[in-house]
Amino acid sequence: MDSFVNWSLLALSAPGWGGLLLQGFLHSIEIALGGYALGLLLGIGGAFGKLYGGPVLRDLLECYTTIVRAVPELVLILLLYYAGTDLLNQLLGLLGLGAVDISGLMAGIFVIGVVQGAYSTEVLRGAIKAVPAGQIEAARAYGMSPAKVLRRITLPAMLPYAIPGLSNLWLIATKDTALLAVVGFAELTLVTRQAAGATKAYFLFFCAAGALYLALTLVSNLIIGFIERHARRCFVEQR
Amino acid sequence: MSNETTHALAFSPDDLPQAESFFKPHRIVLIALFVGLVLGIAIFMRWDWLPRYMPRLGSGILVSLAMLFSTSILGFLLAIPLGLVQVTGPWFLKGPARLFCTVIRGTPLLLQLWLLYYGLGSLFPQFPTIRQSFLWPYLREAWPYGVAALTISFAAYEGEVMRGAFAGVPQGELEAARAYGMGRWTMFRRIWLPRAVHRALPTLTGETVLQLKSTPLVATITVIDVYAVISKVRQETFLTYEPLLLLALIYLCLTGLLVLAFRYFENRIPTRGA
Repeated sequence: MDSFVNWSLLALSAPGWGGLLLQGFLHSIEIALGGYALGLLLGIGGAFGKLYGGPVLRDLLECYTTIVRAVPELVLILLLYYAGTDLLNQLLGLLGLGAVDISGLMAGIFVIGVVQGAYSTEVLRGAIKAVPAGQIEAARAYGMSPAKVLRRITLPAMLPYAIPGLSNLWLIATKDTALLAVVGFAELTLVTRQAAGATKAYFLFFCAAGALYLALTLVSNLIIGFIERHARRCFVEQR
Repeated sequence: MSNETTHALAFSPDDLPQAESFFKPHRIVLIALFVGLVLGIAIFMRWDWLPRYMPRLGSGILVSLAMLFSTSILGFLLAIPLGLVQVTGPWFLKGPARLFCTVIRGTPLLLQLWLLYYGLGSLFPQFPTIRQSFLWPYLREAWPYGVAALTISFAAYEGEVMRGAFAGVPQGELEAARAYGMGRWTMFRRIWLPRAVHRALPTLTGETVLQLKSTPLVATITVIDVYAVISKVRQETFLTYEPLLLLALIYLCLTGLLVLAFRYFENRIPTRGA
């Protein structure tokens, strides 16, 4: 061993693994973004369903959030991954179309999105409940339709209350993408493990991947701080 | 992570159904549908493998629970000094503690676990002193690495909570303790620590449920917990859904029991005015 750390293993071009790591990192970010967006959509629907929906809808949503919050993500990811691809293929078979090969990216986004949806349902429900009821009543008294109340009043007014929870969910989404390594999707953690296994430089590669994840978290924190200041600009500083 | 986020991620005692208002007409229909679904799953899917794997499943559940409780307790013990030095410590303790919390909370647990198991595990055999020490038989196993990774992660998340808890104890109480002539250590032991732990208790349920939800990760480093047993079943029987559904059910039950136990203890500790 001529030097303790062989940095050339991280080189971007072929003999080094740096390029592959960065590609895996990009996949991770793509899945996190897609899953987070899907989760937000599910969460908005879920939160409104839980607050204003009928009793049956409310109970069904309660089951959804309870199961996701009580069962490990890893188990959910396996179940959704197999069940989701299987169901889609059976559906296509029924329609007379051939089976399609679902890309890992789509499956990953779907899986992370369903898990995140339950979390953001809970976060958004809390945030909507924190909006003073008078504001929503005033909007109704002006004769706004429910959709307009949602778009003009409820969503903007709840945002400052939701942002701390939602930003935590984003950080969790970025870290949950690592779990897709278990179903064999080539995101950062799996690529890292393959690189480490091939070169036996375990420490170097795992630390490099850790640095990438950490950088993503820290950059996200900077952006979140900016958004939070922007969303809370109308609040009087309480201290 | 704020208390509300933990609540959004982990099933908590507030979510348990209330007995008196539970049975409404639509719920009875839903329950009937659900029972029908469960019966359908029980009858039309293959469960003949279940008796053969019962003993292994039992021991797997015990391993998971042992992982959960040992790492939660060790992690909490580590979290107290981590939180404390971030509030009052000198800079050379404050800095590393804050760095530790940031790094651990900013990287995925799976990566930390693999770093410890594959990284340290491949490094240790190169040192003869470690190979000859009494620890070597343990270091060749997988579970110490799993315990270490889970403990570190719990300590980092709970350390952040403890920092807030230590900082949140009203100054007046500490001043009163000082006015009584308590020394620094007595004040810490009698006033500051009990009050901070009391403030941190409500978050403990959520964090423990989250910890339960991260224990299956140790199966990826060959610890035979309940998740690993189910993976084994899937490999040997070529079934996809049945073992996973059973696994989800097992975790649902474990979480439910854990939450019930926490609610029982919470009701015994007066939390008014915390």
